[in-house]
Amino acid sequence: MKLTRRHTLMMAFGSVVATMLPMRAFAALDDEVAAFTGGAEMGSEGITLIAPEIAENGNTVPIEVSAPGAEAIIVFAAGNPTPAVATFNFGPLAAAQSAATRIRLAGTQDVVAIARMPDGSFVEARQEVKVTIGGCGG
Amino acid sequence: MKSLLKTGVAAVAIFAANVAQADEEANLVINEEIEITVRTDAPAHAENLSTIYSGWVFRSDETQSLQMDDFENPGMIFVDDAIDTWNTVEGSEGNSCASCHGEPESMAGVRAVYPKWNDAAEEVRTIAMQVNDCRTEQMGAEEWKYDGGDMLNMEALLASFSRGLPVNVAIDGPVEAMWELGRDIYYTRYGQLDLSCANCHEDNYGNNIRADHLSQGQINGFPTYRLKNAKLNGVQSRFRGCVRDTRAETFSVGSEEFIALELYVASRGNGLSVEGPSVRN
Amino acid sequence: MAENVKPRVRVPRDATAGEAIVIKTLISHTMESGQRKDGDGNTIPRSIINRFTCEFNGELVIDVTLEPAISTNPYFEFQATVPETGTFDFTWYDDDGDVYTDSKDITVG
Repeated sequence: MKLTRRHTLMMAFGSVVATMLPMRAFAALDDEVAAFTGGAEMGSEGITLIAPEIAENGNTVPIEVSAPGAEAIIVFAAGNPTPAVATFNFGPLAAAQSAATRIRLAGTQDVVAIARMPDGSFVEARQEVKVTIGGCGG
Repeated sequence: MKSLLKTGVAAVAIFAANVAQADEEANLVINEEIEITVRTDAPAHAENLSTIYSGWVFRSDETQSLQMDDFENPGMIFVDDAIDTWNTVEGSEGNSCASCHGEPESMAGVRAVYPKWNDAAEEVRTIAMQVNDCRTEQMGAEEWKYDGGDMLNMEALLASFSRGLPVNVAIDGPVEAMWELGRDIYYTRYGQLDLSCANCHEDNYGNNIRADHLSQGQINGFPTYRLKNAKLNGVQSRFRGCVRDTRAETFSVGSEEFIALELYVASRGNGLSVEGPSVRN
Repeated sequence: MAENVKPRVRVPRDATAGEAIVIKTLISHTMESGQRKDGDGNTIPRSIINRFTCEFNGELVIDVTLEPAISTNPYFEFQATVPETGTFDFTWYDDDGDVYTDSKDITVG
């Protein structure tokens, strides 16, 4: 690709959009959290989120959530273009209210897990995952 | 210019301190059963190395663990696909792989000695070339694309049944000329960045290039399931990516140069275990 | 139909009554996020598995809603209680309407 003035301008514009993205994403996160919790206050006890402190590649990041007794656990990636990741609804034959999966993270950001307890309360756990950029072809 | 470049490399290493650190002492046992040699004495012909390491050693704990259990290793999905292909008749001769070779378990040890000399054709063959020879000569089927999906699936199958066996590629006799061509390429600087394979993978393994932990560039784990693109990746495609990253015109996948380089690089790993399909970042 | 979709499930063959067992599932699927563009700059349409369920003898173990942030080849690990001998049924729902299933028997001794 030849780097024309138009391209350069577009790239500059792109970086402005990129720097604005987190605010947009956080607004989207707030809405989605509210949709799950109805805006209820959240505690922080009784929920565990396990994620790597540093991920070698954002495309496949292993995470594990656990909230004993929970009806459901929802997981968000706060900095993704669309923050929702997954919702785990536990049935009567779930031996533990826990699950592990692999997720995509668009960059370094917080992963958020919120559990809905049977009494209608909510608890939240949050952890930052640093996503590194590879050396060779990133 | 060269000293400038060295300064640049050093700066990269300093700035890239905040990276996932691997447990370089870890040992790899797959399915609590297959013991993989991930570090051992270097073969005499890898004269600038004392110990050789599998690329697995340089990866983060999370990436390492993905390879310890076949169920967790997404590369094994493609082995399953290849087992279906193995048993499927294709081409004009009415043969499948199984017609000649029986169960895929019978291929144990094959991956460990490739690339190797083929007497009849009087050429060095990679395992992909041999698979295609089977397809055209024994099956009357179309060749698969080099490093295409079908080929990589089959290479993953062949590797998986040799896991734990030591890489043992011959370097003398009729292959010697190709092996020496491969060595020449390994030590030749390419591209605007003026880098040889050795500059990264011999002089700087264990250091960081940006946020990535440089390995020795061993190929005993190929084909490799990369988390980055979530699919199997072939050896020569990796070579092409490396040469491209030096900002050079690259050799083609399947070219004589890359066949020679594959032979040479494979021989540098003599003594490590076959571990494909491996999982890397 | 998405190509080469193949479910894989790992469940122990037997258990004691009421035992908590670990289940792992992996299904080959590209999980196209809808965020990527092709070489011509056109957005590649979203195509993912959007729901996964596991039931034992018709009773729910887990029901997962998947978003595009779930990685290619979705993997899940979770625990189930096994009250009696029976069958686990696993179901994956694709955006394109396809449904993929697998089942595993378990013996309670």
